[in-house]
Amino acid sequence: MIKFLDYWKYFTAVSLAVLLFGFGSMYYWGHTYSIDFVGGTNLQYLFNKETSKQELESSLLSSNIKAVSIEKQGDGKNFLIRLPAISEQREVILRNALEKDIGTKIAVVKTETVGPVIGGETLKKTGIAALIAVLGILLYIAYAFRNVNFAVAAIAALFHDVFIVIGLYSAVSHFFGAQLDSLFVTALLTTMSFSVHDTIVVFDQIRDYRKKFGSDLIEEHANRALTDTMVRSLNNSFTIIFMLLALVLLGGTTIRFFAVALLIGTIAGTYSSPFVATPIAVWLEKMKDSH
Amino acid sequence: MKYLRYIFILAITLIVLWIDLPLTIPVKFNIFNQKIDTAIGPLVIDFTIGETRVYKDFSTQLGLDLRGGSHLVFEADVTSTKPDDLQDALNSARDVIERRVNMFGVSEPVVQTIKTGSKYRISVDMPGVFDVAQASALIGQTAQLNFRTQSLEMIEPVATESAGVALLDLTEITSLTGKDVKKSSVTFNSQTGQPEVALEFTSTGGKLFAQITKENINKPVGIFLDEMLISAPTVQQEIADGNAVISGNFTTEGAKQLSVAINSGALPLPIYLVEQRSIGPSLGAIEIERSVVAGIVGLSMVMIFMVSYYGRLGLIANLALTIYGLISFAIFRAVPIVLTLPGVAGFVLSIGMAVDSNILIFERIKEEIRKGKSFKSALQLGFGRAIDAIKDANITTLLVAFILFNPLNWEFLPQFGLVRGFALTLAIGVGTSLFTGVFITKRLIDLFYKYE
Repeated sequence: MIKFLDYWKYFTAVSLAVLLFGFGSMYYWGHTYSIDFVGGTNLQYLFNKETSKQELESSLLSSNIKAVSIEKQGDGKNFLIRLPAISEQREVILRNALEKDIGTKIAVVKTETVGPVIGGETLKKTGIAALIAVLGILLYIAYAFRNVNFAVAAIAALFHDVFIVIGLYSAVSHFFGAQLDSLFVTALLTTMSFSVHDTIVVFDQIRDYRKKFGSDLIEEHANRALTDTMVRSLNNSFTIIFMLLALVLLGGTTIRFFAVALLIGTIAGTYSSPFVATPIAVWLEKMKDSH
Repeated sequence: MKYLRYIFILAITLIVLWIDLPLTIPVKFNIFNQKIDTAIGPLVIDFTIGETRVYKDFSTQLGLDLRGGSHLVFEADVTSTKPDDLQDALNSARDVIERRVNMFGVSEPVVQTIKTGSKYRISVDMPGVFDVAQASALIGQTAQLNFRTQSLEMIEPVATESAGVALLDLTEITSLTGKDVKKSSVTFNSQTGQPEVALEFTSTGGKLFAQITKENINKPVGIFLDEMLISAPTVQQEIADGNAVISGNFTTEGAKQLSVAINSGALPLPIYLVEQRSIGPSLGAIEIERSVVAGIVGLSMVMIFMVSYYGRLGLIANLALTIYGLISFAIFRAVPIVLTLPGVAGFVLSIGMAVDSNILIFERIKEEIRKGKSFKSALQLGFGRAIDAIKDANITTLLVAFILFNPLNWEFLPQFGLVRGFALTLAIGVGTSLFTGVFITKRLIDLFYKYE
């Protein structure tokens, strides 16, 4: 048996460091929101000759449009241009002007126009649903384990994981150009359910020991349970991490950052079950006993 | 008794394999001097009980991103609609739009009304449509209600008793249109009790209608909505009071819908475009290819890991995983779930996660063996002890899926495709993994392990 809980200070330090880094990154760099959230028009154009960002930018300016961003996709012919929202007629006019200006034919790969309202509403409703789900989880664990402290600890670990994903994703946005889009929301929801899933497996083992040996000596039970479940929990996460690594390294661009967010979530979820949820549960149980 | 269980697993596997078949496979062989030459395609259910035809084919529904297409969202202007009529008006608008999209030749369009706060929206998903401007113009136009009479050039009306022929004759478009209808309502025939749609014309409309009826006594007058014939009553006498009744084989609901549609000059509400996207298919092709490769690599790694760590048990887990994948895919086809690229990624990920219950069970079995139990009793005990954890962990996940899916369609929860789609696939994944993890894995262990 390894006395994991003796090292709680280190775990706290690691969690705090990662959380603080994430919050700091959010504070300094913020998130790059995709048009899912802020609204606007995305144009993906394929030119029949190579052109440069600068040329495009000045050409857009001469049509009185300031691009939010211009991204080169692969070679110098394929560009993703983000603009404030424009109408479809305006897009046609703009395209003709660009063709004349640069002296090239343009094939439209993709045009998207989204009103900003949609993102905000979706987000709000999804947030409400997530909070209700958290409440549901809280009640269910409290019922299944006949213990409120376990439920509270599991939820604390859940928030820990969610905040880590949100924070670190902002750093990923800053360094690799990831955008906060609707897939990210999906990734957060997956992280939520994975986090609780993983935590319950550890708690189940503690519950087993308590049934067998009585409910005192919570710390020893917890240490024993952590020792028992460590291999299983790691193996389980490895399989998921294998899948996600393959998607990150080899998968297409649309899902790459989705996989990155899930990867962060999976690692955080695996870490938090033994090193965040369990110490909090033990601490809460001890507080209860000392009263 | 025991063999029945294996036959059961085999049967399930065969049925899902049949549903999952990617294409039609020709089958040719000789058996007992009989030449068999046939083809096996994906399962199609098609039979008739009494009057109802049961039809279900199991084909993969590809989403907008994989197949390309357009996504349009319209917002309805509800300022001039009475709150009581609102829901009817919205549903009617939805139906009109769906009819137009179908006319556009789109397969599997998804037209939905969405209410968000005080805003009413209609979203239209059209896989395979790329001309967004044309599509949105077609949907956004105000539908035309008009009245048509038989062409005056037809001197000899041929066989007027045949409705089919009479319909073809209705080519003369009169100047009476939906604009001339002041009000339309549902009434019931005083003699037969049948629901009817009553029209009240404006004064100009009344004059036009009087003239049309006068000229067409004993002839049909066609009422067309969006180029579709709704009703072709035969005029009995001149109607001069500006009121008309459309009778036909209406249900009360049908009459109500028609009346709402006419009231608005067809589209019951003014709508305007708030969101549009179009995605070229070329984008999909490269993405799919790379993601499929990534999925295969990831899955292989998981399988190699399982075998190298758990040996024979790992092989069984891999077999169970394969069955898991086949069952989920069959469910995707059966529901059907529209597969998008992130959806496919989620599905592949769920396979990685489904190993979870197997690992839980195997570790418990190992634990029991370490305690010195025989393999057989370790198996029984291991399963029994793993069930609690598996149950609690999966119930919480199902709970999350349930709330996100919002089955009662509560307004303050997501009513959007993305979140709901996620919830549905999550629920299917968890449910199937419970089934294969607990049920199939155990049978497979029984089958492949000899008890020492």
